[in-house]
Amino acid sequence: MTLTEPLTSAPAPEARKGYWAGVAGRLARDPVSMLCLAVVAALILAAIFAPWLGLADPYKGSMIARLKPIGTPGHILGTDEQGRDMLARLIHGGRLTLFIGLMPVVFAFFIGSILGVVAGYVGGRLNTLIMRVVDVFFAFPSVLLAIAISGALGAGIVNSLVSLTIVFVPPITRVAEAVTSGVRSLDYIDAARATGASALTVIRVHVIGNVLSPIFVYATSLTSVCMILAAGLSFLGIGVRPPEPEWGLMLNTLRSAIYVDPWLSALPGVMIFVTSLCLNLLSDGVRSAMNVRD
Amino acid sequence: MFSYLLRRLILVLPVAFGVSVICFLLVQIAPGDPLTAIMPVDATAEEQAAMRAAYGLDKPLPVQYAIWVGNLAQGDMGRSIATGRPVAGEVFGAVQNSLLLAVSAAVIAFPIGIFLGFLAGYFRDSALDKAVTAVSIAGVSVPNYWLGIVLVIIFSVNLGWLPSMGAGPGGSRDWSWNWEHMRHLVLPAVTLAVVPIGIVSRTVRALSGDILSMDFVQALYAKGMTRFDVLIHVGRNAAATALSVMGLQLGYLLGGSILIETVFNWPGSGFLLSNAIFQRDLPLLQGTILVLALFFVAMNLIVDVAQAAIDPRIKRS
Repeated sequence: MTLTEPLTSAPAPEARKGYWAGVAGRLARDPVSMLCLAVVAALILAAIFAPWLGLADPYKGSMIARLKPIGTPGHILGTDEQGRDMLARLIHGGRLTLFIGLMPVVFAFFIGSILGVVAGYVGGRLNTLIMRVVDVFFAFPSVLLAIAISGALGAGIVNSLVSLTIVFVPPITRVAEAVTSGVRSLDYIDAARATGASALTVIRVHVIGNVLSPIFVYATSLTSVCMILAAGLSFLGIGVRPPEPEWGLMLNTLRSAIYVDPWLSALPGVMIFVTSLCLNLLSDGVRSAMNVRD
Repeated sequence: MFSYLLRRLILVLPVAFGVSVICFLLVQIAPGDPLTAIMPVDATAEEQAAMRAAYGLDKPLPVQYAIWVGNLAQGDMGRSIATGRPVAGEVFGAVQNSLLLAVSAAVIAFPIGIFLGFLAGYFRDSALDKAVTAVSIAGVSVPNYWLGIVLVIIFSVNLGWLPSMGAGPGGSRDWSWNWEHMRHLVLPAVTLAVVPIGIVSRTVRALSGDILSMDFVQALYAKGMTRFDVLIHVGRNAAATALSVMGLQLGYLLGGSILIETVFNWPGSGFLLSNAIFQRDLPLLQGTILVLALFFVAMNLIVDVAQAAIDPRIKRS
């Protein structure tokens, strides 16, 4: 995937509203994207409003109601290995899983964009310094880097957020730097600088608007990987700590039930899969709606 | 070619240096004292100081780093805090098992990915293309640790066809090429193959679609070349990019198999890594990460050089 070219139809600030309206319009005509958007929105809303949905207590277990099968009266999706209601835990589980799965990309989007735009615009030694450090992080496969940092820092929500953010800053920085370098060599940037505008003004007025959308599209394509990694860390026991409901962690603790009620134990993974599938399809939809080449 | 190789080798040095610094820092960012795991609770201050000196932890960080790298150069990666055995031996034994798993997954994934991707690219916008695209999106979206569990449920729990755990009968850790061991390899290798199938088929689809729409393809048909011979030209054009994607995937397979190894109790580097994490065995953690990352760097190097060897345009740039 090369994103070295900026959007050729670079929207002027006045026209930007029209451009984004066009993107939204094209996205709205794509049934797959809209379905995925609906699923992701429903999951996020259910996660946010989980405590007010009248669900069972996701922390309250029962010695006698352990591993009830799917379809048990009172427990539509059954109960887990400690007798806690699966439906409640799956919906509550979305809170941590989606939070830890999406926020690192948001953080990395800001940090990586700043680093990449600065490196690409300023160039010279600063560019070399930033980009060589980025190169070093590219020497680690993302799964390995996330596990290495989380493994060293230990389990915990904040540690997971930190390690996943570190994983996603380098790729976003690289894309941001490439796009910015492309924009910087264009004539209108020279013109703006010739009028005496400071670097900060040129970046703010002329660069940001032209580089943010390709960086944004790239960042959206990382959300599904981040979700899978976040749940994977919890699955390994170096993410969220028990007894918090979280899909990866639930998948881990339910492994002991694999011979008792196999399909029940696979349920949390279905949630991860569906979310990551929708995020991927949605990202593809946004990409084609924005006409960004891949 | 030789000058390109030399230039590329020199470029690897700063990256390898950076990798070693990050691995060294991993131990520093870990909370708590690395010695708490083995130090008796009632150790006197004197004993603690002696222990710190024995592990070289009393020296300033740059000095510790220099000593660590110096030892590395001699193949000494320190001793595991939990077992007291040399880290190097533990890591290389485990990496062999991981490599076996990664290569098996690649052998499954690459031909399938190339075949599906080519079909989709050749029959662009057909029902077949849509089906392959759906498979590849599902492949890159599936959390493979969950897929592993699902495969265990189907093929071990329900059907009882394949073993669900370990690398051989009776928890055997040493690989040998016999039927019983091969049976243990099937499920983890297939699970691990799913993501690269998605990525390779996606890449090959885009590549072959683009190349087939180029003018030279029309020209070749126009001069009367058979369909098969044209496809060979297309394949040669796609080879460099496809190879680089597959090379990187092989690197990812080795570094990314930790979750799958955990699911299947496969005695590889990932399994070692999760043990190191839970026993807070930082030298072992550090050594495993270092070896896997350096392998990935080497893989990148091989891919770049192979790409340059195939495609002369790359060497010149």
